[in-house]
Amino acid sequence: MENFNEGCELKEFQTLEGHSDRVWSLAWNPATGHSGIPYVFASCSGDKTVRIWEQNLSTGLWGCKAVLDETHTRTVRSCAWSPSGKLLATASFDATTAIWENVGGDFECVSTLEGHENEVKSVSWNASGSLLATCGRDKSVWIWEVQPGNEFECVSVLQGHTQDVKMVQWHPTMDILFSCSYDNSIKVWADEGDSDDWQCIQTLGESNNGHTSTVWALSFNTSGDKMFTCSDDLTLKLWETDSRRMQSGNEFAPWRHLCTLTGYHDRTIFSVHWSREGIIASGAADDCIRLFVENNESLVDGGPLYKLLLKKEKAHNMDINSVQWSPGEKRLLASASDDGTIKVWELLSL
Amino acid sequence: MTLGLINANPVVHAKKERVARTEDLHADDAVDPLEIYDILDPEHPYSLEQLSVLSEESITVDDKMGRILITFTPTIQHCSMATVIGLCLRVKLKHFFPPHYKVDIKVSPGSHADEESVNKQLNDKERVAAALENPNLRQLVDECLYSNEL
Repeated sequence: MENFNEGCELKEFQTLEGHSDRVWSLAWNPATGHSGIPYVFASCSGDKTVRIWEQNLSTGLWGCKAVLDETHTRTVRSCAWSPSGKLLATASFDATTAIWENVGGDFECVSTLEGHENEVKSVSWNASGSLLATCGRDKSVWIWEVQPGNEFECVSVLQGHTQDVKMVQWHPTMDILFSCSYDNSIKVWADEGDSDDWQCIQTLGESNNGHTSTVWALSFNTSGDKMFTCSDDLTLKLWETDSRRMQSGNEFAPWRHLCTLTGYHDRTIFSVHWSREGIIASGAADDCIRLFVENNESLVDGGPLYKLLLKKEKAHNMDINSVQWSPGEKRLLASASDDGTIKVWELLSL
Repeated sequence: MTLGLINANPVVHAKKERVARTEDLHADDAVDPLEIYDILDPEHPYSLEQLSVLSEESITVDDKMGRILITFTPTIQHCSMATVIGLCLRVKLKHFFPPHYKVDIKVSPGSHADEESVNKQLNDKERVAAALENPNLRQLVDECLYSNEL
């Protein structure tokens, strides 16, 4: 892993306009950005649409390839590509989750998942693409099984959070689901029995050195033994699990708090994303993007484990709702904002 | 909507004589925060100012940072209209301040039994956005803002 020092720059590559309301979320298509396949990502907005953006291989610039409209009747809050890149799930305040398929260049809505009582806030595919999870203001987390013919069957409705659930995210390698909530906690869910017996197997709350206000997002490192969470309490928290116990697969290894990054943000942190090279990006309500890396220099006990690599002030004119590192060969970061734009950044070593 | 009024007998104050602002604070973008005083209470045909929910001290503007803090005082400790009042304030301010201004809205300390809970809801922008997409709530907010009963 490359040792990043302060000689790094986050260079603004392009600003993408098009949405007519705040952009809540974006997701890179994981099957793009390599082997001559142009980068693609999806964005979703308060304007009730989803936009698909593709990079032109000759000019290097992104353009809007498709607008997915006339489906959701309220804000589209979150979107997620299946691991194969063939399907896109979009979660909306209209209480539905739509599944879209790219059929010869056109995106068609092939399925609509109903069930949540009110706003759906997040959607996530598991590593193999066999399961989908959604969550929302009704405090529940739903797990759906993907079946042939783009059919989706709800296999579990998980209650446990005492408030609005903001985000769900599957573990990168195991079928364990994580959720974070307005109730300030993170919950871990796993299938305990043989068939669809999903239970909450751990809660990371205030008593476990957890957050003291709404937890907005979480992100795992590539190996899945660490995760960062971000919150309205203005901190980023790092959690870890015992990777050997985790890999043995027989028992669940509990997560524990490792460190808290405090004093860097002065407004709500809405998004955190861990790159495959180990750089953690955060997007916050103070319009800044911050990058953090492991602190290799301080080997003294009690020294900070992570340090600020760089702070991009006024990255946008308004709150940043989502930051996502690209897959594939390049070090690109995309950010989505209340100002209605998306920006693509390139991380350059100086 | 509840059938009975939350606060059936509010104390009503006379409207303050407004001193016209002579200094031009920030040119055309200037918002006159005094406009928020005219927002109607959700339950009675009086403005928030008349019910002493808002006063001049309620608003703090930091033009340099582009931040605004509004504090308001619900008429009673258990006012369940507090979140509606907060929403009204947000909608009203949205059109008058430049869009990049960050607005925090809180109940004045000690003025509400569920102060923390109300403040948390009012400052969770996802909850606010979803609430304003709810037609019933939106209608209530619009009535408070645009009714000409006064």
